[in-house]
Amino acid sequence: MSFLGKLSIDAIPFHEPILVFTMGAIAIGGIALFALITKYKKWGILWTEWITSVDHKRLGIMYILLALVMLFRGFSDAIMMRSQLALATSGAPGYLPPEHYDQIFTAHGVIMIIFMAMPFMVGLMNIILPLQIGARDVAFPFLNNLSFWLTASGAILINMSLVFGEFAKTGWVAYPPLSELTFSPGVGVDYYIWALQISGLGTLLTSVNFLVTVLKMRAPGMTLMKMPIFTWTCTWANILIAASFPILTALLTMLTLDRYLGFHFFTNDGGGNAMMYINLFWAWGHPEVYILVLPAFGIFSEIISTFTSKRLFGYTSMVYASGAISILGFIVWLHHFFTMGSSANVNSFFGMATMVIAVPTGVKLFNWLFTIYRGRLQMTVPVMWTLGFMVTFTVGGMTGVLLAIPGADYVLHNSLFLIAHFHNTIIGGAVFGYLAGFSFWFPKAMGFKLNERWGKGAFWCWIVGFFFAFMPLYVLGFLGMTRRLNHTNNPDWNIWLYIAMVGAVIIMFGIICQVIQLYVSFRDREALDDKTGDPWNGHTLEWATSSPPQSYNFAEIPHIDDIDAWTDMKEKGQVYQTKASYEPIHMPKNTTAGVFMGITLTAFCFAMIWHIWWLAIVGLVGGIAVFIQRCYSKDVDFYVQPQEILATEKAHNLSASKGINA
Amino acid sequence: MLIRNLCNIALASMVLVLSGCSGGVLDPKGQIGIDEKNLIIIATVLMLLVVIPVIVMTLYFAWKYRDTQTHEIYAPKWAHSNKIEAFVWAVPILIVIILGVITWQSTHSLDPYKPIEGKGEHLTVEVVSLNWKWLFIYPEQGIATVNELVFPANVPVEYKITSESTMNSFFIPQLGSQIYSMAGMQTKLHLIANEPGTFKGISANYSGAGFSGMKFNAIATPTQADFDQWVSDVKAQGSSLTKANYDQLALASENNPVTYYGSVDKGLFHTIIMKYMAGMNGSRNMDKNKEMGSMKHLHHEMAEHSVSSANSQGEE
Repeated sequence: MSFLGKLSIDAIPFHEPILVFTMGAIAIGGIALFALITKYKKWGILWTEWITSVDHKRLGIMYILLALVMLFRGFSDAIMMRSQLALATSGAPGYLPPEHYDQIFTAHGVIMIIFMAMPFMVGLMNIILPLQIGARDVAFPFLNNLSFWLTASGAILINMSLVFGEFAKTGWVAYPPLSELTFSPGVGVDYYIWALQISGLGTLLTSVNFLVTVLKMRAPGMTLMKMPIFTWTCTWANILIAASFPILTALLTMLTLDRYLGFHFFTNDGGGNAMMYINLFWAWGHPEVYILVLPAFGIFSEIISTFTSKRLFGYTSMVYASGAISILGFIVWLHHFFTMGSSANVNSFFGMATMVIAVPTGVKLFNWLFTIYRGRLQMTVPVMWTLGFMVTFTVGGMTGVLLAIPGADYVLHNSLFLIAHFHNTIIGGAVFGYLAGFSFWFPKAMGFKLNERWGKGAFWCWIVGFFFAFMPLYVLGFLGMTRRLNHTNNPDWNIWLYIAMVGAVIIMFGIICQVIQLYVSFRDREALDDKTGDPWNGHTLEWATSSPPQSYNFAEIPHIDDIDAWTDMKEKGQVYQTKASYEPIHMPKNTTAGVFMGITLTAFCFAMIWHIWWLAIVGLVGGIAVFIQRCYSKDVDFYVQPQEILATEKAHNLSASKGINA
Repeated sequence: MLIRNLCNIALASMVLVLSGCSGGVLDPKGQIGIDEKNLIIIATVLMLLVVIPVIVMTLYFAWKYRDTQTHEIYAPKWAHSNKIEAFVWAVPILIVIILGVITWQSTHSLDPYKPIEGKGEHLTVEVVSLNWKWLFIYPEQGIATVNELVFPANVPVEYKITSESTMNSFFIPQLGSQIYSMAGMQTKLHLIANEPGTFKGISANYSGAGFSGMKFNAIATPTQADFDQWVSDVKAQGSSLTKANYDQLALASENNPVTYYGSVDKGLFHTIIMKYMAGMNGSRNMDKNKEMGSMKHLHHEMAEHSVSSANSQGEE
């Protein structure tokens, strides 16, 4: 075995012009970023204030930054796929041969779900959840930092596959036997395994962290049924993560054993059975989609009640509906493979169980409607995303129920109808929710509001682009086009493939609008400054802090008497009051352990992928050593002194009173 | 509003397709496909009963209660109503109950494993997915073809399906249901063509680089005599498919041309299913049988038919 395992100069795809161009762009961008940081002497701040930070708000911002970067990557994949399919019609080969194209659709799925949607969701949860329950940080701040770096490790690994070797050519589900060594001998599936494994670990740790935070660190008076709805939906999502991600961990471990040590869990020979993989994959994969969408439901609830200046209609119903969705989400996995040959009884059961989920989801939609009813709806950007979601998601829900009928699924399974359906729910549900939450909570995290005009432009491009990109896919599904085709030869399909391509371009303009929006808002940040910390006249506790919040969040933990705690405090006139003196606040210290563990474990995974055994041992032992060292460290906390708190609170309350009077 | 217009366009285009462009699952030429099309239409109409009001209400409420409408009633603390709560739970529950009944009935009547009744004897075709082509074995006629499937119209066909290697899905959109093909296992499907014609057949489960080329024509001949004529033509011009040259055929190839085999080794299909049991010595083979026996038991609950037949062959 050579020093670098299977890795050699041949692994770098110099023969792929698209990849060489991408590598060049990444290199130039990287060098430019490095030069800028050096020029403005920001390395120190980057290290002490961000990379090693245990502050949930900063980690949240880093998660969202990661999500946005991966959105660009995932969207580039999407537009390449759409343009390939628009070019490769009527027998033409297009510009992406299967060798490359198959990696692209696999990467698109993995990236958008695991490295775009998940970090976006976790990022918003990080920033907002502790603030909403009146906590000063999460239960385990170091673990939170570690979770981020494990997620980032996964993202780094998947992008390394662009430069070294290849990514999986199996589709994002990586079904065996295709993903077994016999049919996928390259490193692609190994990148898939290790990127998912390490980021999955980060996600699992996050869920445990936030469950403990919610159970143990709520402000006095905040009973479970007084928790803000976003916190509730995140909590349900965390329960789902804690219950389902171990399945993924075990599943990937079994596939690893098959590929590395010649086990036969899922192989064709030796008594292996691929059906087991498919069942386990969806036992994780189905709850996963609810993990993505439940927090988005919470975001919409917060936005609708805030911008109608009204209480959320049917709070209790909403909480129980989310719970019902979570529990039912665990007993419907088989609807992903009705066509495997299960009996009619089994298929009917799973079909009907799936439909039952439409009940709590429908209840939620009605509750949002009745929140708008007799309210004063302000047409802000977050509200537009919410209304866009309610229209789009209803269509996606309908096609989902249709697919849940086994008799219909027998002809629609794996077709573009299915692709249209799940983009309809994941984009129209989860992504619209995160983008709504992004513009809603942006001033809280960054201290200034986002430009409305570019925000609205982005919204219209996204929603129009969405309908153009995905409605044709429903049609193509009906016309018998299956998924993951590299090229087509059916003149009836061409027009729909062209329309879908146009839709993708319109969405691209939406993303461009968002980039411009960020630039314009940053440029005009003085004018968009959020002085009060409560720019939307919010209902919940996150708006009680300054924008961005004080490092300790709350100088004094408030007592909670109402679901809309902040509204209640405002009505009682208990806000923006500086006390004469404050108690010192106990806070966690920043730590380098998270990022060092991220680096060592990334090296471990990379070494495992390329069979560089010495590096694998160094990486794993190094990671464990850093962890043990951190466990024995006693220098992990400090006290914020009363003088500093007093000064901070005075400044905030003065600024707030100016903001209110202005 | 733009959103509403877009929805209208989307719905209009769906209706356009529903009314029958050509060649897709909404242009079925066989009884199973026709039943499935009707099922899709009924379910969609039922759901639109809720979906359209929700979309209309969303846009109407958003318009009516926008913040400039200061003359509208404003009830900031109103957040609960037993009547409305009962209504919002009851309506979806009602629709789901109706859909549930439809699901139970249609899933049983459209069970791919269920023979088609009242149409006489089934023709049996054994289907093997290879990388990346389809092999069709006609055990009763003793012939085999690659990438072309021929059967008489109005005669029900029983497909026994397996895979040589990766998982695929055997699918002729205009005839109806699809079923996965999996190595070492046998799945089943029953289809019929109500009229003669040439229909596109595909693999509907991605299986690697040559997947896009895994296409075949499914040809329903006008009469039984036409079919018999075709069989004798194949017998006359085709070479023979033996267990030996099957291995040659099983090698990966893309966009395979149509190939005829005038004769085929008896039990080839069985050999293909059982190949992954080969090479096991006696005692392990017994363990294997025990293991497969318990798996069979498991699958009796999970998948009544899927592996049991392969297993019973294994236990012979």
